[in-house]
Amino acid sequence: MTFLESFLGALTLNAGYNTAVVSIGAALLGAASGAVGAFVLLRKRSLVSDAMSHATLPGVVIGFLAGVWLLGDGRSLPLLLAGAALTAGIGMISVDWIKANTRLTEDTAIGTVLSTFFALGMVLLTVLQSLATAGQAGLSGFLLGSTSGMLSSEAMTIAIAAGVVALIVLALFKEFALLCFDEDFAGSTGLGVRRLDIALLTLLLAVVVIGLKTVGLVLVIALTIIPPVAARFWTERVSRFVPISAAIGAAGSYAGACLSASAPDLPTGALIVLILFALFVISMLVSPVRGLLSALLRHRRFQKIVHLRQGLLAVAHDEPILEPITRKLLIRRGYVSGDMRPTEAGWSAARRIDRDQALWNLWREEYPDEAHALADWSLKPIDEVLSPDMVADLETRLAPHDAARAAGGAA
Amino acid sequence: MAKKTGGSFLKEAGRGPALDAKSPFAVSGLTVAYDRKPVLWNAGFAAPEGELTAIVGPNGAGKSTFLKASLGLIPKLSGEVAVFGRPIDEARGDIAYVPQRSSVDWDFPATALDVVTMGLYRRIGWLRWPGRRDKERAREMLALVGMEAFADRQIGQLSGGQQQRVFLARALAQDAKVYLMDEPFAGVDAATERAIVDVLKKLLAEGKTVLVVHHDLETVPVYFSHVLFLNGGTVASGPVTETFTAENLQKTYGGRLAATQLAALHEAAGMKT
Amino acid sequence: MSADIFLQFDFPSILLGSLAALCCGLLGNFLVLRRQSLMGDAISHVVLPGIVLGFLITGTVDSLPMMLGAGFAALVSVGLIELVRRLGKVEPGAAMGVVFTSMFAAGVLLLEQTGAAGVHLDVEHALYGNLESAIWLEASGWGDLLRPEILAALPVSVLRLVVVNMAVIAFILAFYKELKLVSFDPLFADTLGISSRFVGTLLIVMVAVAAVAAFDAVGSILVIAMFICPAATARLLTDRLSTQLILSGIVAFSSGIVGYVFAAFGPAWIGYDMSVSAAGMIAVVAGIIQVVAMIFAPRYGVIARRRLQRA
Repeated sequence: MTFLESFLGALTLNAGYNTAVVSIGAALLGAASGAVGAFVLLRKRSLVSDAMSHATLPGVVIGFLAGVWLLGDGRSLPLLLAGAALTAGIGMISVDWIKANTRLTEDTAIGTVLSTFFALGMVLLTVLQSLATAGQAGLSGFLLGSTSGMLSSEAMTIAIAAGVVALIVLALFKEFALLCFDEDFAGSTGLGVRRLDIALLTLLLAVVVIGLKTVGLVLVIALTIIPPVAARFWTERVSRFVPISAAIGAAGSYAGACLSASAPDLPTGALIVLILFALFVISMLVSPVRGLLSALLRHRRFQKIVHLRQGLLAVAHDEPILEPITRKLLIRRGYVSGDMRPTEAGWSAARRIDRDQALWNLWREEYPDEAHALADWSLKPIDEVLSPDMVADLETRLAPHDAARAAGGAA
Repeated sequence: MAKKTGGSFLKEAGRGPALDAKSPFAVSGLTVAYDRKPVLWNAGFAAPEGELTAIVGPNGAGKSTFLKASLGLIPKLSGEVAVFGRPIDEARGDIAYVPQRSSVDWDFPATALDVVTMGLYRRIGWLRWPGRRDKERAREMLALVGMEAFADRQIGQLSGGQQQRVFLARALAQDAKVYLMDEPFAGVDAATERAIVDVLKKLLAEGKTVLVVHHDLETVPVYFSHVLFLNGGTVASGPVTETFTAENLQKTYGGRLAATQLAALHEAAGMKT
Repeated sequence: MSADIFLQFDFPSILLGSLAALCCGLLGNFLVLRRQSLMGDAISHVVLPGIVLGFLITGTVDSLPMMLGAGFAALVSVGLIELVRRLGKVEPGAAMGVVFTSMFAAGVLLLEQTGAAGVHLDVEHALYGNLESAIWLEASGWGDLLRPEILAALPVSVLRLVVVNMAVIAFILAFYKELKLVSFDPLFADTLGISSRFVGTLLIVMVAVAAVAAFDAVGSILVIAMFICPAATARLLTDRLSTQLILSGIVAFSSGIVGYVFAAFGPAWIGYDMSVSAAGMIAVVAGIIQVVAMIFAPRYGVIARRRLQRA
């Protein structure tokens, strides 16, 4: 069987029961972390997960030791994850404590916790090695994630846990959305900002811990950060942002897990992260909403409108045109000749724009607040934006002292 | 500054005189947009040399944006800026800018004296440390704003007004030709207000050109000789005696100023409505 | 324990740990003040793809191409982070998260290629470092510390860190004024014509150089700890930048010594015949010092702040 066949087989769930469970578990994990990560990004706390994931290491080692002591075997996934959750939780509380009680900022608090907790884990690991217990080699899978050789019971645990997290996010969707956009109002509802924040961070902690085995502790944060950052490019609305982020997370994790099933030597975590990164790059470049290409095109178009209008106003007022872009645009449109002398078409366009600008200015004097709120103010011809009645009214008011001159100029 | 007339419907729709080579600070055709929504449109102004100009306009009129974009601190869509006829990047040493408060980390390990000394950094040059002379000069500047007693205080331990005075002293230390200040009077105590006024007088006496974004319309005729009305673009500009009129206030603020307010303003300005 | 055993096996490791701690600790002050603490985190992660790339291109395990590769990767990551931050309009933390995890993942996959080439490079080594492997067999007594020809036989990684430390100190002395200015008020720096971006880039280049030089010896986690903990500790003890720099240097250097001593001899003191990860212990010691400062610092410690609030 070629690599491609086996990959396609895995993608279509035809590569055996175990692989199917692992891939579906990964997809659920990706969806849950994409959704949680989306809210965390909106709260501007993305890198808290970095502190959490690194802080799992001492817990994993403690869980292993507990397993040896209680069960005779350290490789009990529930114990390892419980240990991970314990120290990651302590890490999370430490970040908040440092931020609240010292002059140090959050980034410093995160860096402190992630490095010292991980270092403590390294120290404990060397203790473990010197105890020479069996099975500790399995721990290295927690660094980079590995689905090869994952038991279907383990995969099932991951799938169920991720599913539960996803359901909780769904249940608290409205509350979290409020928390991110209207903190004051969220505070006035039953749950309170503080408790909602704790709930969100606890869910983040949950996906980090659940993701350890599949993606590994160094890379698991990618699962909570890359999907929402990619989703940012596709929409401005939170009701879509969160599901898109979840979908990107699910797609990337599923594809990565399937790829890993066909190439068992490659670390699963790295594969998932790189696929997510590819999805991110595609989103950044081509999304019509906020993607790079469309933004660039829109900016160019906008720049053209502004420069053309300013250039024509300068022509109308007989002022020199200083900027090269403006000059080029006017020449290209045939409004001025090569030596910057206005053409007949240029004069008439300039008069039109000048009149339009005068009306816009008059409208702004009358309705400053509306003008301030209107994005198209003085960018589009006024009669395309305001009602004909309004324009007619402005025209008559502009008329008394200028109509004569306008008529003269147009003749 | 004389307003340009010509074949146009509204005189103030244009850019103002184009890049006056003699003006210490001339802006022309300045357009700035956030997210494709113009905050400033085609704004132009040439600061009269040796004069004190107030920049006024309603909230969101683009007053701070006007200063920041002219200085290149935020990107502009179009527009030219000249300092004595030179491009701004060649004239950094001639310009001092006092930003609105609160844009720095007040917890930063720096004393009031350290902050004022920063105003001398350009003159000191790369790879050199501030010497004793520089420190002395910085102390003199602190004394000018009545802050010499606080020279060694960490800046976060000063009151808001004191911090504002330190930043003013830093601008003085720059010894520039043009001073741009963003709402220096906003929310300051009486001592600081006095210090600011003294500094403005001193700058004028030395022949400097000063532009101040100002909120309090009543004090415009008291402190300033010239005024620039901004509202999304230049509405009007010129000497206070000619330009600070009911008509221009109305044009700039629209319905936002009540008739009684206008009357009070004109009384303050000693002008007839 | 005799002097020559200590000099041959422990002394070079202590030097390595302390010097790595020192250069990272000094630069960390500016990262902490500029709220870029996690830049150290990001850079020390992207060092992995850099060294692997350096190896894959040249095919040798010489440190020079690997360090060049690492430095290159660090600069690429900084550029990418800036790009993602601007284009995605997201907070710098999220932009960092996207870039450094992706580059680290690429490094992990690239490692598989080196496995095929039969060369030993692995992720554990990148994270944990290999502090204990430094030896100085030429040493036979304390007098050797004064003999240049024997000092020259110190491990090359030690000598490299000596050079990097000198470069870092020279950099800070030369650009102290500018670093202070752009860290405090970048906008003002720009109006003065002292480009905050230029100075910021210089700083990041030095951070990358220090990270790469230290990484090889002590692993990326200790590098991250040293960029942050000593500076954070010093930040709680003083309101003067110059004092803060000196304090952070002292904290970093002594964490290196104390951490190593605890790791190598600590277990024996409590009756276990073993030693634990020195790099890990150094970071833990730095963390403990920081905790002590957070609680007991005379002015900004939790206790002092509580007392101040009550008064």
